[in-house]
Amino acid sequence: MNSPTYLVPLLPLAAFVVNFLFFRKNKHLAPLISVAGVAAAFGLSLYLAMGVLEHPQPVVDSFKWLDVAGGTLGNFTIKVGTLLDPLCALMLLVVTAVSLLVHVYSLGYMHDDDGIARFFMYLSLFTFSMLGLVVSPNLYQMYIFWELVGLCSYLLIGYYYKKPEANNACKKAFVVNRVGDFGMFLGILFLTYYLGTSDFQELPAKIGAWPVLGPSWLPLGVVALLLFCGAVGKSAQFPLHIWLPDAMEGPTPVSALIHAATMVAAGVYMVARTYVVFDASSFSSVNAPAVVAYVGAFTSIFAATIACTQFDIKRVLAYSTLSQLGYMVMALGAGGLGMTAGMFHLFTHAFFKALLFLGAGSVIHAVHSNDIRQMGGLLKKMPVTGITFLIACIAIAGIPPLAGFFSKDEILMALKEAHLDHLYTLASCVAFLTAFYMFRLFFLTFTGNLPQGSHAHESPTSMTFPLVMLALMSVVAGWTSLPHGKNFGHYIHYERPAGMAEQWKRSEALATAHPSERGTAAAHPILDAAEASAAHAPEEAAEAEKSHAFEWDPAIYIPATGVGLLGILLASVMYLFKKLSPDTLINSLGGLTRGIHKLAYNKYYIDEFYAWVVYKVYFVFSKGIAWFDRHVVDGFMNGLAWLSQASGGVLKRTQSGQVQAYALAFVLGLTALLVIVRNVLF
Amino acid sequence: MSVGLTQFLGLSALLFSIGIFGLLTRRNAVGLLMATELILNSVNLNLVAFNRFVHPGAMNGQIFTLFTITVAAGEATVALALVVSLFRAKRSVMVEDINAMKW
Repeated sequence: MNSPTYLVPLLPLAAFVVNFLFFRKNKHLAPLISVAGVAAAFGLSLYLAMGVLEHPQPVVDSFKWLDVAGGTLGNFTIKVGTLLDPLCALMLLVVTAVSLLVHVYSLGYMHDDDGIARFFMYLSLFTFSMLGLVVSPNLYQMYIFWELVGLCSYLLIGYYYKKPEANNACKKAFVVNRVGDFGMFLGILFLTYYLGTSDFQELPAKIGAWPVLGPSWLPLGVVALLLFCGAVGKSAQFPLHIWLPDAMEGPTPVSALIHAATMVAAGVYMVARTYVVFDASSFSSVNAPAVVAYVGAFTSIFAATIACTQFDIKRVLAYSTLSQLGYMVMALGAGGLGMTAGMFHLFTHAFFKALLFLGAGSVIHAVHSNDIRQMGGLLKKMPVTGITFLIACIAIAGIPPLAGFFSKDEILMALKEAHLDHLYTLASCVAFLTAFYMFRLFFLTFTGNLPQGSHAHESPTSMTFPLVMLALMSVVAGWTSLPHGKNFGHYIHYERPAGMAEQWKRSEALATAHPSERGTAAAHPILDAAEASAAHAPEEAAEAEKSHAFEWDPAIYIPATGVGLLGILLASVMYLFKKLSPDTLINSLGGLTRGIHKLAYNKYYIDEFYAWVVYKVYFVFSKGIAWFDRHVVDGFMNGLAWLSQASGGVLKRTQSGQVQAYALAFVLGLTALLVIVRNVLF
Repeated sequence: MSVGLTQFLGLSALLFSIGIFGLLTRRNAVGLLMATELILNSVNLNLVAFNRFVHPGAMNGQIFTLFTITVAAGEATVALALVVSLFRAKRSVMVEDINAMKW
């Protein structure tokens, strides 16, 4: 262990263990220990990130965990350890910073809760798991922590275990995530079985040999999409998005930390980590990045329309999160520049979305309700919450110079560069909707008249301090991309490995020339991509350097800001000045708009559809299977038992205890045997 | 008609059959014992006859018969002792009464 990276996840783990062993019931010490653990992790991450800024070369620090026999290339080793590179350092910073602020916020928010020690224990465990995921040097370690964050999410959504809704929501989250994780695990197994490694550092050199190493029935694109299944579950993309809105049953700080800023971004992070697999799959017959882009785009517009119609403050934010995650995923599908843009948006989104959730928590704390129709005029009563919330709204709406503007702009840019023009248009629509529903939420909550008999008041300092810090970050987080500075892509970018295309062509030729040598030792010489085309390296590297440079284009940022302002304008006309009532808009085109509104308000009946599938299709099918099992399979087994019992009941009569009966049988038997031997055999 | 191997074997078979018949039909345990002795004796007769007519110079069959007689004597002793103790326990030596070893 040469670098101290491994300590980052272990510090919150230590806090968890100490709390678990000694302070499980201690309402005063347990929270402080958890805060100390994550604060130390944050400090260390900051130190590591400074180091990475100077030396961006990846540092791997791992030891052998398991030798696994099998695979087409013989044994391979699963390692445990850390991988520190700019991508990891960025995530470490985001996770520890948001986690620390959420911890501090929870000191105030959960102050009167009886289970506060348990709450902080879970938070520490989650922080450990998330950090472990972030530093993973290979897919196996990542998968282990992937499931651990899922478990923590389950525990925290179900934190109010006396509420039946919370219990149902946590089960739903867990089960829906498992569906995606199953695909992801299959993807990991395929990759390691055929390539002999799952290390992020080794994949780029080997992935180009897939045509000859992998089986002919399995294009690399399918493997990439299997991995993407995990991201669809964890990052709540359509069609597995249904768990995230329900996850809002958990305490609000949890929603901010897990279901807005960190865990749900793990899917995006995973795709960014294994981006070489997705990129290489564009050579194969299944183009995974395209699928990724469309899934993200669909989720993004789909969730944005739902968010416009909801009245539960946390659900609006949940659908907004879905939509923004869709934005990131859509960016991931748009090539190397898109990967940078997606990670950039992940980075900025973490701050303003956490801020929005914590602000919502502050409001809920004050008015004891989630329904925005029962709120209003809170700006006067809660100035800090109101102003920070406004900053977050401006940031997410993409108004310069706040963070959201820069990252959203880069995504639009990446889409344009990748010639995904229809997605670009769609992303602009989403930007409009985002600005609209965020300001709808803001105006309904903070402006207008206070409801009768409201005793709302500002939250304590422990809650407003994180709000202010996050507001600060929401303003400055995007400034790395200011024209004179080094842009974000300078730190985080994807470069197609030198010679990968070459390697792919050669192995494809080899696979078609000698189909029988597929997956054999003959493939070894072409395993090293760098060796495959050392000659091509310089030009490709130069091209890569150019490709992740971010250029400002007024044709993109002016319309992007324009649609944001338009959304705000519409929201203010409708909800601030009340010149246009939502009902007029809903009824404007008669049945058509009413129908669309009803669909969106009911979340497109996806939950009902799944319920129908489960109850009417799956359960009926299961009942048929159960009938077959009970009557045919069990019947056969019971029949066998009955038969042996009945025949035994008959045959036991022959054991009469009468010696002479035995003797008679013996004599007769012997006689019969003699007759047989005499007449049949001889 | 001279007495040859056939006549000895015929007598032996007759004795054996009488023994089997007794074994299957007698109801008294002592009767069973006697039937068993008949079967043994038929075997003895066989051995001696074969020894005399097939290998006249050898003594194996006769010596084996002596062994059989000795063992049969021991066997009869043990069997009679069993019958006596059975009678003490059950007050009967009729085999149909002794059927404790059944299902």
